Amino acid sequence: MGWAIALHGGAGDIPVTLPPERRVPREATLRRCLDIGVAALQSKRSPLDVVELVVRELENCPHFNAGRGSVLTSDGTVEMEACIMDGKTKKCGAVSGLTTVVNPISLSRLVMEKTPHIYLAFDGAEAFAREQGVETLDRSHFITAENIERLKQAKEANRVQLDYTLPTPKEQAKETIVAEGDSQIGTVGCVAVDNNGNLATATSTGGLVNKMVGRIGDTPIIGAGTYANSLCAVSATGKGEAIMRATVARDVAALMEYKGLSLKEATAYVIEECAPKGTAGLVAVSAKGEVTMQFNTTGMFRACATEDGYSEMGIWPSV
Amino acid sequence: MGGWAIAVHGGAGVDPNLPLERQEQAKVLLTRCLNIGISALRSSLPAIDVVELVVRELESDPLFNSGRGSALTEKGTVEMEASIMDGHGRRCGAVSGVTTVKSPVSLARLVMEKSPHSYLAFSGAEELRPPTGGVEMVDNEYFITEENVGMLQLAKEANTILFDYRIPTVGFDKCSAVVENPLQMNGLPISVYAPETVGCVVVDGEGRCAAATSTGGLMNKMSGRIGDSPLIGAGTYACEVCGVSCTGEGEAIIRGTLAREVAAVMEYKGLGLQEAVDYVVKERLDQGKAGLIAVSRNGEVAYGFNCIGMFRGCATQDGFMEVGIWE
Repeated sequence: MGWAIALHGGAGDIPVTLPPERRVPREATLRRCLDIGVAALQSKRSPLDVVELVVRELENCPHFNAGRGSVLTSDGTVEMEACIMDGKTKKCGAVSGLTTVVNPISLSRLVMEKTPHIYLAFDGAEAFAREQGVETLDRSHFITAENIERLKQAKEANRVQLDYTLPTPKEQAKETIVAEGDSQIGTVGCVAVDNNGNLATATSTGGLVNKMVGRIGDTPIIGAGTYANSLCAVSATGKGEAIMRATVARDVAALMEYKGLSLKEATAYVIEECAPKGTAGLVAVSAKGEVTMQFNTTGMFRACATEDGYSEMGIWPSV
Repeated sequence: MGGWAIAVHGGAGVDPNLPLERQEQAKVLLTRCLNIGISALRSSLPAIDVVELVVRELESDPLFNSGRGSALTEKGTVEMEASIMDGHGRRCGAVSGVTTVKSPVSLARLVMEKSPHSYLAFSGAEELRPPTGGVEMVDNEYFITEENVGMLQLAKEANTILFDYRIPTVGFDKCSAVVENPLQMNGLPISVYAPETVGCVVVDGEGRCAAATSTGGLMNKMSGRIGDSPLIGAGTYACEVCGVSCTGEGEAIIRGTLAREVAAVMEYKGLGLQEAVDYVVKERLDQGKAGLIAVSRNGEVAYGFNCIGMFRGCATQDGFMEVGIWE
């Protein structure tokens, strides 16, 4: 049994016409993060350390919707959330509503390790961050010019939808968003398994552009966006409300446990049968060292590698 | 189609020394709520309306730990959470960190129906004001009972005996000489632990399942702590097959994705409702203590728990009715 790792930078309607200036830096980050993860696994770091390390890097990259580069709420603020889970012990930690913590994923790990709770949110989570002395920065650090523009466009599109109840302008408004492309996506996640079959998963996000203040998505919810046990580790991305309802991450594990499906069969079933088309993507690894990356959206930023030398990176379906 | 069925709970993990008078009050309240649900079902209200109605009633009574009577945070304030799910279409809504909305379960329903999201928390939840109105606001004081102020004091004392950041269930053996009551839930002596999260599950005459759960959370919790109650798949879940509401040690319920698990073993393993409940309580809780109630689309009702006592009641269309606390 070898190690395996997979990571994602969000699933959604990624237009195939995505301009190179948006595509290239993301591909470079995916490759760099994959290399970091592979190196960590090769030097026998635990999968829990590896997924945290990789997601921290992704959070630090402003091109993805997590940490710096998180999309903005309807108030123009950033509210980040993250979740981490260790497969063997099923210990887990989650955070929501962070506004100043540089690496939400590391705070979720501290919630797991240093508190009697699993999930801390908003002011309580920020206070805990201060108490633990994790790196914090002014709110403006997380806000990029690109995301200010995205929020503006989303608000304009919404206004059009509110003003005209007739279907035609609505459709036009939707097209505007699609033409803009990748505004709703970019949640990041990583799953890893080591040579001893230890599994871990981590997911981090800024949520949805123009989301209501206080909105919680699937990412921090154990069993929805993030789940690991002794069989597999899963990190999901896409339309949060749909993923939550379908308990996407836990269902992959449940199908393996209760129906005896393989990792690939279980993920295919969840992506094809459980989550509505256009709503979800996921990366997953099994204790046996298998890896899979599946989605029912136009695309998913993704990369993976296994010990036997297999490696893949992509955005749209591979032919 | 097996007719309607309903179950309610007022929390799992009951102090065996709970005064008889309090036990009686709990049974009276459970019976009253059950009867409210039964008459709503008889007048053909859909399952989703019935679970909301019943949980609202439980929230407005100070006896259990939800709405008025909620457990207090370490700051002495109330932060409530709730969720609701309609199995028909798997729609859901959840709220956390609610401090002034009188009925958190109804706010969860508004999130489900009037917002583009499924889950709103803290100020965002508080500020959800649908143009149609219908959100009754009260002062945070309304939720705080004298009894809970005393309980918080006890919890703080118990915590200082222990340690600030405990890993649940570890370390108690060593401390048992100091702790008078070795029974504990969620890391607190059971006499202090406020277990009494409330929930309701219903299948209506048309086979539609729904579930709702509401809580004040853990006594002396850190501000911002989110438990299992608002988490879809953990504390609450409903689908075409069944409706489930859980209560007990929140962290164990989250790790075990307990509510979804009942549905998952029915869907993927083909178990019946009671088998599914028994399996989940036995296999999915690890060391944790919890209980749950469930109904199936066939009109069956079931409950299970692995701790001492669960406040619960259930009834079915064919005339079966039961209210109990102990095994």
